[in-house]
Amino acid sequence: MNIVVCAKQVVDVSEIKLDPSTKRPVLTGIAKKISDIDKNAMEEAIKIKEKVTGRITVLTVSTPDAKDRIKELLAMGADEGIVVAAPADSDYATTASLLVAAIKKLGHVDAILCGEASIDLFSGQMGPRVAGLLDIPQLTYATKVTPEKDKVTVERNLGDQTVTETSTYPVLITVTKEINTPRLPSLMQILSSSSKPIKEWKAEELAGGPLTPKIKTVEIKGVPMSRKNIVYQDDLDASINKLICELAKEGVLR
Amino acid sequence: MVMIYSDNKKIALELVALGKTLAPNLSGKVYAVTINQPDTVAKDLAAHGADGVHEVTTNITQFKAEEYANLLKDLVTEHKPDLVLIGSTKNGKELAARLAALLDTGCVMDATAVHAQGKTITAERVVYSGNGIAVEQFTSTPAIVSIPPRAAEPLPKNEHHHANIMKKQVTLKEYPSKIQSIQEATSEGIKVEDAEIIVSCGRGLKNKTDIQLVSDLATALKGKTVGCSRPIAADLKWLSEDHWIGLSGHKVKPKLYIACGISGQIQHIAGMRDSGVVVAINKDPDALIFKSADYGIVGDLYQVLPKLTSALKEHSA
Repeated sequence: MNIVVCAKQVVDVSEIKLDPSTKRPVLTGIAKKISDIDKNAMEEAIKIKEKVTGRITVLTVSTPDAKDRIKELLAMGADEGIVVAAPADSDYATTASLLVAAIKKLGHVDAILCGEASIDLFSGQMGPRVAGLLDIPQLTYATKVTPEKDKVTVERNLGDQTVTETSTYPVLITVTKEINTPRLPSLMQILSSSSKPIKEWKAEELAGGPLTPKIKTVEIKGVPMSRKNIVYQDDLDASINKLICELAKEGVLR
Repeated sequence: MVMIYSDNKKIALELVALGKTLAPNLSGKVYAVTINQPDTVAKDLAAHGADGVHEVTTNITQFKAEEYANLLKDLVTEHKPDLVLIGSTKNGKELAARLAALLDTGCVMDATAVHAQGKTITAERVVYSGNGIAVEQFTSTPAIVSIPPRAAEPLPKNEHHHANIMKKQVTLKEYPSKIQSIQEATSEGIKVEDAEIIVSCGRGLKNKTDIQLVSDLATALKGKTVGCSRPIAADLKWLSEDHWIGLSGHKVKPKLYIACGISGQIQHIAGMRDSGVVVAINKDPDALIFKSADYGIVGDLYQVLPKLTSALKEHSA
């Protein structure tokens, strides 16, 4: 079985600081990592490989420094990595087109796995877009994947419902953070991963011409947030009385 | 023209109202789509302001993003809306993204605001775990935007509002993905989105049974709603996901939000930042939650909650 894991290199959102004057997030100089939920997708791919055998290719559309991040996924258990150089002007549509072009270039692919969304933008478009462009089934929000030779059964978390769905291959599956705990590679795995190949493909060659983004990010604004930040830490009974007094003044006590 | 679709009727009514505010710049009309929904839904959409309803029935009677995206693609290709609004349910989101790919167009997910100036459409959404708001401008048509619940109040019902209900039977190409079963999640029917007062708990709780302390406080406040952060619902499963407030849980805006033993990770803040008054109770004076709170008490919730509960009971008595 040929498995492709689509992974995204993101800024570590927990490291983001706000510019004190503009209140906008400062996005430069922040450590990058593989989006957490894509690691869950990687872990699930390894489990599928262990059950029905196969080969795992990790695919990313990114800046060249993603190679170092892809090595982590190779250490986890992927067999090869592909980094497609992201065009300067890109959006969800161009990235999905490049992922699809790369998947087609790989030839026969049975299962494509992605995280349900990336932790930086949390849009969740990539999985369904790739499945749509390939005109294949999409099993989204997976909390359990049971692969067999000729079909896969997935439990999908839709919040108020759990939907059990099956599909033959090829299929695209997006996984949730709850599906598993991604393994930490051993030192041996980390060392041996350096011999695994990482290919670098060019966007223009892959797409057969320039790609046009469909949306343009005009700006990233700061989020207005003004809280009073009154903190009581003296005597507990006094604190509680002051709090109730304030809440009554705010008119939120019924 | 604005086209709207949601598998959730309440959200569909809200989308009609939102569409109506945007339509004046987009040749004025709002058309709704229903797929395998009862006649009453199309009638309600019409009575609540839709100018027309495409009431479609198909061979695929349960929601399937693959088949429904193809159906909407055909409707969009035929009627050429400038803007397609889709309700941000989990079904809606995977549908919106797939539809955008089929139409080779842009999509903005979970928009907090949509603007139409002339024919230029922009949409805003929260990014970087609540640290910023991205303003996205569409350079393609149609603009596809998914809209969370309660973005607008449905328009008042007017039985005499004239709308053209167009019934259509469509046979869709079937995909090899098949729904085997649908299980309703164990739910207590809690709708945190609708709550005016929410008392929420996080990792500061030591045992599942201690949730009682939190619900006692909620009761004393004459609110019945208990919320929680990710670990309590997703990892420990002490509460069902109905209670989960945060980026990947529910987004709430009660008048009063009390966070007990919640550290205040940005993912949680993203779910409650629109609350009216925010109170935080945490034993760590440096906990992030205090930065997002109007009032805070530094203290062990096991001491603070019982005292606060009884003091509130006295106050209201």
